[in-house]
Amino acid sequence: MTVDHSLILPILLPFVVGIALLSIDGDRHLAWQRRLSLLATAAAIPLAILLLVTTVDSGYRTYVLGHWPAPFGIVLVLDRLSALMVLLAAVVALPALWSAIGADTDRQGRYFHPLFQFQLMGLNGAFLTGDLFNLFVFFEILLIASYSLLLHGGGRERIRAGLHYVILNLTGSALFLIAIGVLYGLTGTLNLAELAVRVAHASAADAGLIRAGALLLLVVFGLKAALLPLHAWLPAAYANTGAPIAALFALLTKVGVYSIIRVFTLAFGSTAGPAADIAAPWLLPLGLATLLVGAIGLLASWNLRRLIAYSVIVSTGMLLTAIGLSTAASLSAALVYLIHTTLITAGMFLLADLIAEQRGHADSQPAPPVAQPALLGGLFFVGVVAMAGLPPLSGFLGKVLLLQAAQDSPALPWVWGIVLSSGLLIIVALSRMGSQLFWRTLDSAALPVHATVRRLFPAVALLAAGPLLVILGQPLIGYASATAQQLRQPAAYIEASLANRHLAPAPAHAAPVPGTTP
Amino acid sequence: MTAASLALLLPLAPAIFASGAVQLAGWHWLPDLGLNLTFRLDGLALLFCLLITGIGLLVILYARYYLSERDDLCRLYALLLAFMGAMLGVVLSDNLLLLLVFWELTSLCSFLLVGYWGQRADARQGARLALTITAGGGLALLAGLLLLGHIVGSFELSTVLTAGDQVRSHPLYPATLVLILLGVFTKSAQFPFHFWLPQAMAAPTPVSAYLHSATMVKAGVFLLARLYPALSGTDLWLILVGGIGLLTLLFGAFTALFQHDLKGLLAYSTISHLGLITLLFGLETPLATVAGVFHIINHAVFKASLFMAAGIIDHETGSRDMRKVNGLFRYMPQTAVLAMVAASAMAGVPLLNGFLSKEMFFGEAVHFAGMGDTGLLWPVIATIAGMFSVAYSVRFIHDVFFNGEPIDLPHMPPHEPPRYMRVPVEILVALCLLVGIVPAYTVGPLLAVAAASVVMGPLPSYSLAIWHGFNLPLLMSALAFVGGILIYIQRRWLFWLYDRYAGPNGKILFDHGLRWVIALAGRVTAGLESGSLQHYLALLIGVALVAGGLGFWGGVWQGDRPIQPLDPLSGLAALTLALAAALTVLRQGQRLTTLTLLGMVGLFVVLAFVRFSAPDLALTQLTVEVVTTILLLLALRYLPAHGTPEVGTGRRWRDGGLALMAGGGLAALAWGVLTRPPQTALADYFLATSLPEGGGANVVNVILVDFRGFDTLGEATVLAIAALGIVALLAGGRPAPETPWSAATGADAQAPLLLRIGARPILALTLLLAAYIFFRGHQLPGGGFIAGLVTALALVTQYFASDFRRAMQQLALGYRRMVAAGLALIAVTGAASGIFGHSFLTSTFTHVHLPLIGDFEIASAMAFDLGVYLIVVGTVMLILLELGQPEAEPVGSG
Repeated sequence: MTVDHSLILPILLPFVVGIALLSIDGDRHLAWQRRLSLLATAAAIPLAILLLVTTVDSGYRTYVLGHWPAPFGIVLVLDRLSALMVLLAAVVALPALWSAIGADTDRQGRYFHPLFQFQLMGLNGAFLTGDLFNLFVFFEILLIASYSLLLHGGGRERIRAGLHYVILNLTGSALFLIAIGVLYGLTGTLNLAELAVRVAHASAADAGLIRAGALLLLVVFGLKAALLPLHAWLPAAYANTGAPIAALFALLTKVGVYSIIRVFTLAFGSTAGPAADIAAPWLLPLGLATLLVGAIGLLASWNLRRLIAYSVIVSTGMLLTAIGLSTAASLSAALVYLIHTTLITAGMFLLADLIAEQRGHADSQPAPPVAQPALLGGLFFVGVVAMAGLPPLSGFLGKVLLLQAAQDSPALPWVWGIVLSSGLLIIVALSRMGSQLFWRTLDSAALPVHATVRRLFPAVALLAAGPLLVILGQPLIGYASATAQQLRQPAAYIEASLANRHLAPAPAHAAPVPGTTP
Repeated sequence: MTAASLALLLPLAPAIFASGAVQLAGWHWLPDLGLNLTFRLDGLALLFCLLITGIGLLVILYARYYLSERDDLCRLYALLLAFMGAMLGVVLSDNLLLLLVFWELTSLCSFLLVGYWGQRADARQGARLALTITAGGGLALLAGLLLLGHIVGSFELSTVLTAGDQVRSHPLYPATLVLILLGVFTKSAQFPFHFWLPQAMAAPTPVSAYLHSATMVKAGVFLLARLYPALSGTDLWLILVGGIGLLTLLFGAFTALFQHDLKGLLAYSTISHLGLITLLFGLETPLATVAGVFHIINHAVFKASLFMAAGIIDHETGSRDMRKVNGLFRYMPQTAVLAMVAASAMAGVPLLNGFLSKEMFFGEAVHFAGMGDTGLLWPVIATIAGMFSVAYSVRFIHDVFFNGEPIDLPHMPPHEPPRYMRVPVEILVALCLLVGIVPAYTVGPLLAVAAASVVMGPLPSYSLAIWHGFNLPLLMSALAFVGGILIYIQRRWLFWLYDRYAGPNGKILFDHGLRWVIALAGRVTAGLESGSLQHYLALLIGVALVAGGLGFWGGVWQGDRPIQPLDPLSGLAALTLALAAALTVLRQGQRLTTLTLLGMVGLFVVLAFVRFSAPDLALTQLTVEVVTTILLLLALRYLPAHGTPEVGTGRRWRDGGLALMAGGGLAALAWGVLTRPPQTALADYFLATSLPEGGGANVVNVILVDFRGFDTLGEATVLAIAALGIVALLAGGRPAPETPWSAATGADAQAPLLLRIGARPILALTLLLAAYIFFRGHQLPGGGFIAGLVTALALVTQYFASDFRRAMQQLALGYRRMVAAGLALIAVTGAASGIFGHSFLTSTFTHVHLPLIGDFEIASAMAFDLGVYLIVVGTVMLILLELGQPEAEPVGSG
């Protein structure tokens, strides 16, 4: 009997490489660390593509850890959504790492490379696991790695903003545990598929507590996703950390969004009995409010980094609005938009760094013209057109899909009104920022700072998503809508996830549980 | 390039002229979105294509001479060509969404072209203003087109244009129309969105000539014409399109007279003429539609040439101010003649193209007056508009070319431009004359096919002749000329009145509005993102309370499990625990006290674990308490002894209330769960399989290292990362401790004698204990985690007792390796099962007998546990060494 291990490789590869990097002395053998780290991060992309391709053919794949069948042991589940997220993580990670090496970010503090790999391990684990507690564990991994990366390099503002991030997220973790405790206490399981089954058949007497647990989970995921009113930690944290790290962090809020999609379509979806569709009535108004507040924040941003950070909040608003509409079309729109926004935001963080260097870190004050106006200006233009959701770039695709998805919803005026008017605010903000950065220059020569190819390439690669996602729009939308269809059929996920249940022997005897009887 | 596209276009033209057939071509692109690359070439599209490429060609030639040496011609050309492509896309799209894509692209190109001289403030502001208005309109248009597509069920024009009745009878028709018109009016600078166009004149003149008179601003009226079959034919259309067109016509014509800037005058004139075209489409009669299409052509031709002439004047004199630029006829007679002809066409002088379409407009006004009960209103308004149009045209001619001598010109004396800079103007002026004199032989066929594709039916009979006999329109023309010249003569007191009574213009209002919005955005954002951690935390806990509360709302709280009586000892312990926790909160300013109280809380939790038969948990909790307390004590050195108390009683009440509610809520949740019968499916399974399949009798340990070993792997990694993070953070910039090492450990910096003597034997004993705990872990309470903590404690004791702290610092490297080794051991243990064809972390075990120790099971999971052990020891020591590092301080400072 052989087991196909490819499913666990996205977790094990960064884990093992992280260990190896940890045992290399970074001060003396940085070059080796860099090579190994790059190699592993690059290898993750073909691996993720391979996994994605298999989901197109075979639907679900599972990996039973330690040969303990679900729901007793931990199971990894690969479906279209998780495969997509793993690929997205890999595609963002490589340019982020590349630019970190190019900009010597990894020299600014210790253990950058191991922390980076552990961060990836946490991300992939969160995307792949089919177990609620295991999701918590991977949240912990990615959060604790992100704390360290966020503070990487130190500095007063960075540490201040980072501290807020750490403390809020620790509180969030505590809430996560409480929610898991409640749900476990009532359903007796940690496996997501089994949880879905138990919730669907929960008694009316248990419904209230189950709903409370579910909404607490929503609070936790909403905090990670920066959903209003839990968004305020994000701008300072993202605006003050290193650019490559901010680029990688474009993924972090998406983990929150992913978890909302996963948990609230599977365990608390339309078939969840007393807790059916519990999140949607919250997500739609809060998503719209987040979108508006994000756009307002964008308009109020006085430097590019903050502006991009606020665009992360905008994207959370768009995504959760789409998810809150809870139709197959809106979910599909959310997925298309998610890919777009993650790649473009990451690219913009990298680009912002290059622009800031050539402007002598003058923020939005008038500065000498950038040394490479056509190149940086052109990239900036591509990035902001995509960000603003203007045609013909990727943001437009997601926006139109979302607008179309809202067409039959009673919330149509709200969704269209807020999406379009926040779009206008964003255009005003971006044109203002672009005009300040590139046109309102001092009448002096450019600084002798040129972006090298290895600094430029990662930003270009990410921003290329703007046109590429549109050109490949049809297969993209096809994949997204198939994913949305799959997500709306939790029964298949449950069946696949618990398929190995028969491996478990029936308990020989029912022994008393320690701790329950004093 | 432009010539090439024009050349490519021409072979397609005969078919259209011959049959009026619509030529379609297309590919599927994003069918799920309704966005396809489908194109249509009909009469209207052909007309616009000819305008776009023809004038484009001339503008490109012109720009070559217009720009100075310092300007980047490549950038201008690249942007102009990009714009041309986008504009051609707008007119050729058969798909509405594709049209929108190109539509927004023209706005973006316009933004970049207006901001071409971005160092100038007016260029930046003009560019942003133009983009804001047109892109905002574009968003409305997007919504409108989506609705239209929703109503019809297709985004293909071929379908939409035949579904007019369906559209007009749909309840969403008014919303659709208003949204689409918002897009049209913003793009075509209709009142009240007109004010971006004069500001966009900060662009280089070729751009103004091309985008902001001949083509891009025509995109709006193009769309009116394009969707005419689908949307027109209702009162709403008449009121909105006709009304706005009329307002714009009058307003633009009136305002144009008072501009001192040459390009400003032309800009307002453009607004007025666009208003005229809009009005003609709004009248909803076939003849008015023909007139509208005709005026699109005429206006593009004469206005482009006027802009180019204005550019020549600007180029040669260095000024565009009509109060300074006077009497140029003497210096540049050829340009003057050209400009005068073009301006006459603008005024509607006979024998020029402008006359013809104006006559058609006057004719329609008369016709319209005959239909309704509005009496002479329409003819009068049309005549007034004509008067102002004549007045500003006269001003353009008279002020610039006559009216005395130039005043303070930067370039004196001005002279004729380079030969080829004038050629484009000559060609356009020649067209004005040709169309004006022999319309039927020049523009006739083109107009016919273009108008036919707008009306989508038989064209009304009209004659393109200069002379229709003495009739009302001719009279109106004559009146307009006389009136216009009179107005010009009386301009002084009109100017005085205008300067005195004209209100703030749209641009100023808009700027104020925008500043206000941005300031408001700043306040809102600062209010939400206060930067206060306390605030954020209160919000988080508040939200959690609301979520939990509302989620639970209406549910059943207490379960049906019988409640056991509380024994006094447990009650007392619980009470003490609660008291200690409350004291921790109240004494939070005094850090050392708080820490002690926290330790007390921890110890009571340990007791609770013991009381409820969870020895593993109790052991773990105990060791964790001790280690964390030590680490926190070390960390306290970096903080002042007393924290700053919170100010403000309001906030104390808020926080206190939140804390009580959160605690109460959590207790309620726990109560709710614990009063229900336990769910034992997992527990039963674990108890049943732990020994036979996991090889361990200690179920807790088997859960940790086997059943849920993957979780443990994760948490062990978390521990390792935490250590790395702390080391990295402190290495990055260690603050000076508030309490020096010497003060923290005693003045002589030496450990107490007893500790020093006792440390060594204690070390040996504790290590032995750790080994014991480790090995029994799989069967009895114990395990790698606890053993690791115990070992770390032994090393900590040694650390404080030893005089060799600095020497121990050297071991830091070793501990990092120890963490790595622990992680590696876990990874290898997990992966080993893969060799045997099992999944990751599958364990195996065997039974061994060792002398002295006895029988026990050796499970592969023990290697895993050893990994955990190494990680725990390494992590604690790394943090300890980093936090406890004595700073290099001068001797005797304590």
